[in-house]
Amino acid sequence: MTGTAVRRPLVRLSGVSKTYANGVLALDGVDLSVATGEFVSLLGPSGCGKSTILRLVAGLSPPSAGRVELGASPEEAAGLRREISFVFQEPTLMPWATVAANVMMPLRLRRVPRRDADERVAEALALVGLDGFARSYPRELSGGMKMRVSIARALVTRPKLLLLDEPFAALDEITRFRLNDDLDRLWRQFGWTVLFVTHSVFESVYLSTRVLVMSPRPGRVVRSIAVPDAERNEAWRMGPEYNALCREVSLALHAAMGDAA
Amino acid sequence: MRRTVVLSVLVPVAVLALTVLAWHLYVTLGDVETFALPAPGLVISTLWSDWNTLGPALWVTLKLTFSALALAIVGGVTLAVLMAQSRWIELALYPYAVILQVTPIVALAPIIVTRIPDTQTALLVLAFVVAFFPILTNTAQGLKSVDHNLRDLFQLHGAGRLRRLWYLEAPAALPYFLTGLRIAGGIALIAAVVAEFAAGSAGAGSGLAFRLFEAQYRFNTPRVFAALLLLAITGVAIFAATSLISAWALRHWHESAVPRDR
Repeated sequence: MTGTAVRRPLVRLSGVSKTYANGVLALDGVDLSVATGEFVSLLGPSGCGKSTILRLVAGLSPPSAGRVELGASPEEAAGLRREISFVFQEPTLMPWATVAANVMMPLRLRRVPRRDADERVAEALALVGLDGFARSYPRELSGGMKMRVSIARALVTRPKLLLLDEPFAALDEITRFRLNDDLDRLWRQFGWTVLFVTHSVFESVYLSTRVLVMSPRPGRVVRSIAVPDAERNEAWRMGPEYNALCREVSLALHAAMGDAA
Repeated sequence: MRRTVVLSVLVPVAVLALTVLAWHLYVTLGDVETFALPAPGLVISTLWSDWNTLGPALWVTLKLTFSALALAIVGGVTLAVLMAQSRWIELALYPYAVILQVTPIVALAPIIVTRIPDTQTALLVLAFVVAFFPILTNTAQGLKSVDHNLRDLFQLHGAGRLRRLWYLEAPAALPYFLTGLRIAGGIALIAAVVAEFAAGSAGAGSGLAFRLFEAQYRFNTPRVFAALLLLAITGVAIFAATSLISAWALRHWHESAVPRDR
């Protein structure tokens, strides 16, 4: 494990297992910790329980065994629970509501006063480059724009912990690269802690400070690979460091899957 | 766009005109007896001359139909919302809703009419029983068909039951409810007519169905057709109204109501 010892852990899973009602063992003894401000990717084959980890951290589903802890104390955990945002693989927008109403929903549910909420929605839409689309309906937007709305909805609450479940998996590569850069910029700007699920080696290396490689089901974290901090741009994406890391992560993934590397 | 609008009006009108013309020619050229099939012109003039009988009867049937529909909306939606709150409520109530639905109204009518002394109330209960089921099942289905991830999101942001219902489940169920409404609107009219017939209500305050059967017993076929015409117009008007409401309510977002660009 690298460079995280100095910073406070925000999320810690110890010996976490999850068995679903149908008897499927999704996770088996997962240990991981994410420090404040880290961008951690969970990388693994389909069905290895990556998404399950996010749901456990969000408190949307209880672990069957082990502990999921947020912050340093139960009091801190209760506060942190309210500062989590979740982005799903699908944009998951309400089709009957305008872009602005979709982004405002978390604030409405938290009873934020209307004027404050309006301001924060405008701010969030500007951050994802969607000012001017506030009154559009989701069906009028492209896939990439819908995903931006979904991201705006996640950041409108000014979260401390952002959970992203393969948010760009369904997008074309050009849109995906652009949204990767946007996400990187926002992460640097706001200092969120991010837990990011993906099955793209390239995406995980490009975005993360650390990549956690998982084994096939039942999922466990088998490798942790640190990614040095460097400005993310096309030059870095083309450079030797990025390529060497992609190779290392890719080999680790193959090893985790039991393939001959 | 304009061309399709013109066509969508012109085609049905032309078909109607041709049908009426064929009907007219058949009756006049074929020397068909009036009691067997009256000419279209005679039906219209009967509607006019018998309006003193048919008008009030139509009003009675309309009142019955719309009261039943209104009750069906309130009852169906309330029950659907209750059932969506708890699996136990659903398990407890749904079988009764199904039993009420599958029991033929004609068989139910004598029991309800003898139980409820006021005829109009009995008719209302009968028509309600038939009309509320499509609203209940469709709305219940809609309330359950909310995106699971959206449910999770609401949970994550600490939404309670009421907020989830208001902001998430109700809008998601709206297209389903409107489908139920369109079905229930037509069914309410049919149920009102069948109830009037089955209950055998008579006298000054009786509805269109009674007048129709009364005319039939007297071989007053032109009046039968005039009453039928009124019922058909009412049915079409209800269908058109509920379709318009549906299209208007869903105009911004639902695939069924949004014009497609080509």
